[in-house]
Amino acid sequence: MTHAFTRDQVLAWLDDVKDPEVPVLSVVELGVVRDATVAADGHVTVTVTPTYSGCPAMRHIEELICEALLLRGAPLVTVQTVFVPAWTTDWMPEAARAKLEAYGIAPPGRAEASDALVPLRRAGAGPRCPFCKSARTALRSEFGSTACKALWVCAACTQPFEQFKAI
Amino acid sequence: MPSLPLLRALCRIGDDRLILGHRTSEWCGHAPILEEDIALANIALDLIGQANFVLQYAGTVEGAGRTEDALAYFREAIEFRNALLCELPKGDFGVTIVRQFLHGVFSVLQWDALSRSADGTIAGIAAKALKESHYHVRHAGEWVIRLGDGTEESHRRAQAAVDALWPYTGELFVQSADEADLVAGGLTADVSLLEPAWQQQVRDVLARATLQAPEVPWMHGGGRDGRHTEHLGHLLAEMQIVARSHPGAQW
Repeated sequence: MTHAFTRDQVLAWLDDVKDPEVPVLSVVELGVVRDATVAADGHVTVTVTPTYSGCPAMRHIEELICEALLLRGAPLVTVQTVFVPAWTTDWMPEAARAKLEAYGIAPPGRAEASDALVPLRRAGAGPRCPFCKSARTALRSEFGSTACKALWVCAACTQPFEQFKAI
Repeated sequence: MPSLPLLRALCRIGDDRLILGHRTSEWCGHAPILEEDIALANIALDLIGQANFVLQYAGTVEGAGRTEDALAYFREAIEFRNALLCELPKGDFGVTIVRQFLHGVFSVLQWDALSRSADGTIAGIAAKALKESHYHVRHAGEWVIRLGDGTEESHRRAQAAVDALWPYTGELFVQSADEADLVAGGLTADVSLLEPAWQQQVRDVLARATLQAPEVPWMHGGGRDGRHTEHLGHLLAEMQIVARSHPGAQW
């Protein structure tokens, strides 16, 4: 039995697999899916990289990847995890950042190594409020509802919002 | 051929994060404010995630079929190789934050060194963990400054925490002799080389927090070789009971 899918087709299908916690982003846009190969017998191997070391969604994401490809007729799917290169939010394309903001999550800034281990002030401007677009935002905590998000408050519209952390 | 020295070295690295992660998770539902409940739970998750990857690799290196779960839940206290600093009870918020800071600065330095390991898996795990650890140190360090340079009560509690924990910091920089070949081969880092930077970074933050680092005549040790305090047994009883009650269970 021959299969009708190529690497590009696989990646296109994986673009339909959304991050369970941030369902506007696909696992491809998130940079979690690094590559896919299709063997002659149709066996698909998808290479992924973890976002945060303890991210509890990674196993579910692997299951979603397998499910998406098996449902499309792949006879066998293997998900392989690599650590190198380390996942970074810098990989996130502009279109994905715009989708995040539209969804109500401020996109990440550039991941920069800071000089000081313990600065009391943050260099650079914070994110604008994804709701009212004001620049008058304040950091509440660098730890939010998930490993990847920080908690901010908007002084203009008073709404709290989350930001995808730069890492 | 399994490498016993590498297994031991990986357990030292992984056990620090597993045990400290467990202690940190004890705050879940009990932290003084909601944002700290969330922050400490997230930090614990990062630490346990790092331990997961390290112990997973340790099991692979050992080659005896032990997974990260087998190593976490079915070893006895004498087989754990974390620093004693990690297993001490969480204490009050001041103790937790000061311990987070003291170990966190060490952790950043250690992960940075390990990110250059000749072993690709260790280097890969370390490069990720390093980035997460920067967030941990920032969180703990900023709290150390707020608590130390805060109210009379927060200053007193923060100073008491520094005094109580300082005698456990020396152990972080004692390089185990049985890792000599690994260090020479560039697989693991010589932790004794990390101390000068640690002293400088820690003392800088303590000074900003108006806190004093005590002079201690003697440092505790032994954790790297399985000689632990009376606290680890109780911690493991809690951490391991579910897995041990249902050995072989699949989620």
